[in-house]
Amino acid sequence: MENQVAIVGVGLTPLRPVSPDLSFREMIFEAATRAYADAGVTPREIDTFVTVAEDFHEGTSITDEYTPDQLGAVRRPVHTVAGDGLQGLAAAYMLVRSGAADVAVVEAHSKASNIVHHEEILALALDPTYERPWRVNPHAVAALEMRRYLHEANASPEVSAQVVVKNRGNALRNPFAAYGASLSPEEVLRDAPVAEPLRGLEVSGYADGAVVLVLASMERGRSLAGRPVLIRGIGWASDEPSLSGRPWAQAVYAHLACEMAYRLAAIHAPANEIDFFEVDDTYAYKELQHLEAALRLEVGEGARLTVSGRTARDGELPVNPSGGSLGMGYGYDASALVRTAMAALQLRGEAGAMQVTGARSAAVVSWRGVPTTSGGAVVLSAQ
Amino acid sequence: MARERRSARRPAAKVSRLRKKTAKVPPQQAPGPIEPVVRDGLRGTPLRDAHVQGGMVSLERWEPKLEYRWDTGVAIGRFLEGLREGKILGVRCDRCHRTVTPPRAFCEWCFKPMDAWVELADAGTINTFSICFITWDMQPLEVPQIPAVIEIDGTSPRVGFLHLIGALRAHTVDGIRKEIRVGQRVRAVWKPAAERTGAITDILHFTPA
Repeated sequence: MENQVAIVGVGLTPLRPVSPDLSFREMIFEAATRAYADAGVTPREIDTFVTVAEDFHEGTSITDEYTPDQLGAVRRPVHTVAGDGLQGLAAAYMLVRSGAADVAVVEAHSKASNIVHHEEILALALDPTYERPWRVNPHAVAALEMRRYLHEANASPEVSAQVVVKNRGNALRNPFAAYGASLSPEEVLRDAPVAEPLRGLEVSGYADGAVVLVLASMERGRSLAGRPVLIRGIGWASDEPSLSGRPWAQAVYAHLACEMAYRLAAIHAPANEIDFFEVDDTYAYKELQHLEAALRLEVGEGARLTVSGRTARDGELPVNPSGGSLGMGYGYDASALVRTAMAALQLRGEAGAMQVTGARSAAVVSWRGVPTTSGGAVVLSAQ
Repeated sequence: MARERRSARRPAAKVSRLRKKTAKVPPQQAPGPIEPVVRDGLRGTPLRDAHVQGGMVSLERWEPKLEYRWDTGVAIGRFLEGLREGKILGVRCDRCHRTVTPPRAFCEWCFKPMDAWVELADAGTINTFSICFITWDMQPLEVPQIPAVIEIDGTSPRVGFLHLIGALRAHTVDGIRKEIRVGQRVRAVWKPAAERTGAITDILHFTPA
């Protein structure tokens, strides 16, 4: 294949619940400095920059205007993707794949701790005529989905608790993670619901952090310092936005995104061809839906895989060995790129204590968060 | 959203000061019924603001309540502390041979951390300015607001910040243009020390030196 695209540089700051010592610019500068050093590039050798950001999360209109300085992108091509992190990665991928750029950078960050009223921003995402007037707790949208999932999956709430136990346990091995913990399923099930059946511990905690990835054509990547991780395929999709019209049990957007990525990557049997998965787990049950998408499974089969223990870090199909958002922290637009960064470190064999033995290929599945039905998927391979 | 952010961070003081000088808008007459008309062969349905405000037009309303508390971090944080002490601080990059304010932790040209903090004079030169008889939210002003970009002394060319020019004698365009010009030397007028909060508004305005 011509013009194959690789991740040649990975840089991120450790995720933290608060970060009062650094401005968002200083945090991004730190991540970018690490990524450029990892790739062995200077900002002048980067042809184009993509940032993933939402104005309402930043509190600044046209927030991408504040991007160039901290990426070394002053007077350079810069654009913003106000969407999922993998849509930003896809934009950078296409710029390299098309030959428009040899080296491209994608950045995302979170200063979730600086948002005083998260619920107000989530409320603004609901339909103003039919949905907003009820003033429901935004987590209730996830709870509605979780109940329908458990109903159609014929699964008990315990399976969702097991995801929490696994991911927060995995995070104990991850130096970038904010929420590592040793929990038992009983402790999770005893926790108070925020919107029944969704319990507090099944909601990932907010985190601040920045992540920068350097992409390059394979040809260019070979001459750089970083160890290239091949992007074999990428995809994204959106389902119906209406709360009444969406398929609650199944993450159809994720199935479609995976199919698009698998088509490009020529993946035919994901369970055999992919060694581990980093998937969105903003809410614990979402990991089950996203795993089902990644493995082309029916509703409920992801729950049964989890119960069997096969999704553990040392299981046959490890899911979120990094700890996911439950273990690392949820950073809005940055979450998908954090998942991607974790997968890339695994494929380079540089994941330290969280390393998945023999990891050669990975799938990342992302979700844009409540109340969206949008997400992405990317297939990565070690070189 | 701009309105929300402004009021969240800087409650009322400046806005109300400006509003006092605004002219009164005449009270609106009661709107007539909403009726289609034909005028010059063209059909239409005239709508007035009072129709909308009076609930006579079907529409959705939502007032966002957005509030943020931004971490100022290393560079902005120290700059604001400097303002509280009545000082304008800058930073220097020895590779690019330039001194800039407001400070930043890293040089956006060479992408390396800045080398040193420097205390700058509280005086500078007008790079450009405007004379505004309308506020940011479109209220008329009798005494105009004069936003200006000030290049602070001791910095590299074309480095400075947006501030206001104040304490001028004239209130008309012609009069103001006799008092200030591009290249005009100006000095900072500070709030009394006890009233400073560590904000860019700790400098009330700049005025001809």
